[in-house]
Amino acid sequence: MKRTAFLLIGATVAFATVAAAEVIAPDDVVFNDDGSVSTSLTGVAGDTENGQKVMVTKSLGNCVACHQVTALDYAAFHGNIGPSLDGVGDRYDEATLRGIVINAKRTFKDSMMPPMYKTSGFIRPGDFKGHSVPNPPSILTAQQVEDVVAFLQTLK
Amino acid sequence: MKISNLHRLVQMAATASVAMGLAVSAHAQEEPKLIINGEQEMITHAIPPAYIDGLSESISGWVFRTKETQALELDDFDNPGMIFVDQAQELWDKEMGPENKSCASCHGDVSSMKGVRTVMPKFNEKAGELWTLEDYINDSLTTHMGMEPWGYTSTEMTAMAALIGNQSRGMPMNVAIDGPAAPYWAKGKEMYYTRTGVLELSCASCHEDNYGNYIRADHLSQGQINGMPSYRMKNAKLNGIHARFKGCVKDTKAETYKPGGPEFHALELYVASRGNGLSVESPSVRN
Ligand code: HEC
Ligand code: HEC
Repeated sequence: MKRTAFLLIGATVAFATVAAAEVIAPDDVVFNDDGSVSTSLTGVAGDTENGQKVMVTKSLGNCVACHQVTALDYAAFHGNIGPSLDGVGDRYDEATLRGIVINAKRTFKDSMMPPMYKTSGFIRPGDFKGHSVPNPPSILTAQQVEDVVAFLQTLK
Repeated sequence: MKISNLHRLVQMAATASVAMGLAVSAHAQEEPKLIINGEQEMITHAIPPAYIDGLSESISGWVFRTKETQALELDDFDNPGMIFVDQAQELWDKEMGPENKSCASCHGDVSSMKGVRTVMPKFNEKAGELWTLEDYINDSLTTHMGMEPWGYTSTEMTAMAALIGNQSRGMPMNVAIDGPAAPYWAKGKEMYYTRTGVLELSCASCHEDNYGNYIRADHLSQGQINGMPSYRMKNAKLNGIHARFKGCVKDTKAETYKPGGPEFHALELYVASRGNGLSVESPSVRN
């Protein structure tokens, strides 16, 4: 028992190290010509449960502010700025969905959709209080992007 | 577009809205009218000036509010903003400062302010800069009454702006954008279309491209300022133009500008010009 626990901890540490080393930073993301992103940002499979949470949480993706998603009906007041995401897993492959979530403007020119994984090139970046934040963090972490992409693929 | 096509579109939109659990847009049906105290009809829809390329119709923010919120602006007894107008009326008549003068000492009855709101902001020749209603109020306080200026978004200032605005209620907004005002207008226009903040949104993203749509539970209007100052249910007080601008810039996760500062002066002129032709509603009621 003791030994198993020890092994497990060892494995977790090793795994975390490997994963951390493999995370692709926002400025290093490679987009294909059509705006899609083929490589996972973390190499760790997305967690669909967490993806849902990110999509309905105001301080995270807040995707339902602009998109209607029937599967997320339990969260009230979906907006209608963007198209409904019902069936989006049929319309787009994984790489396209990843690209849209990372920075939708690469796929849809001049899109209103905010970039979820971007940290530079903003005009007057700040926080929701109106203060200047010269080097803002991305809205979502790399793993949160992967979680959302995993959940979007279930919308069929 | 052929009538049958238009009809289908409206039907599609209606079905979509119902499916989403949202109220069906009243647009295709009869529009409610904003008639205040049962006698004064406001212009809530106007043809925007030709120099505004992004709008085919200017629409008052009142049109986008719920029936309940709309009702509060129909009668001065129900309009919570009128309490502040009454307070400002007391201030108007009150002798203040080292010279013991009131606004009334120089201007007489406040009805002498009729029409003033419709042309604000405007270029002030003497100062050589664009002045808002708030700037004129502060100039009177400091130059003529020997007082300290009021805070740009202070309670007194916003209430006085509402009282003065109220004298023009019903009159169409009519700001000038030419001559010395032109550079301010150009700067304001550029700001209006610049996507700021971590969310990369411009005023136009919400108020030109998406008015009538919902962002979460918020029904987006055109962000017009003909109703300013505005009593908001959200904070239960009167809100001036620059305070509202600040709130919207913050919502794009951006470093905001200072109320009363040069950027918001320019933006105010541009936004006001988008609503030229709409009635002054001060004080309006919004959520
Ligand atoms: C502020 C508005 C806004 C937010 C917030 C937003 N989107 Fe979007 N999204 C849009 C718009 C507008 C489009 C349409 C693309 C265009 O601009 O042409 C879009 C398109 C999409 C599409 C393509 C849909 C299709 O059928 O073509 C996907 C997928 C998507 N968004 C996912 C998301 C996810 C996931 C989130 C949150 C992590 C999100 N969006 C947040 C506005 C938004
Ligand atoms: C993320 C979306 C968003 C952006 C970007 C945005 N606003 Fe707004 N704005 C809103 C919402 C939501 C409201 C409240 C509902 C309404 O009237 O549209 C509002 C209300 C307003 C109002 C009050 C309208 C009334 O009738 O009382 C004004 C004025 C306004 N905005 C101006 C601006 C200006 C100027 C900018 C750019 C500096 C801007 N907004 C950017 C979302 C936005």
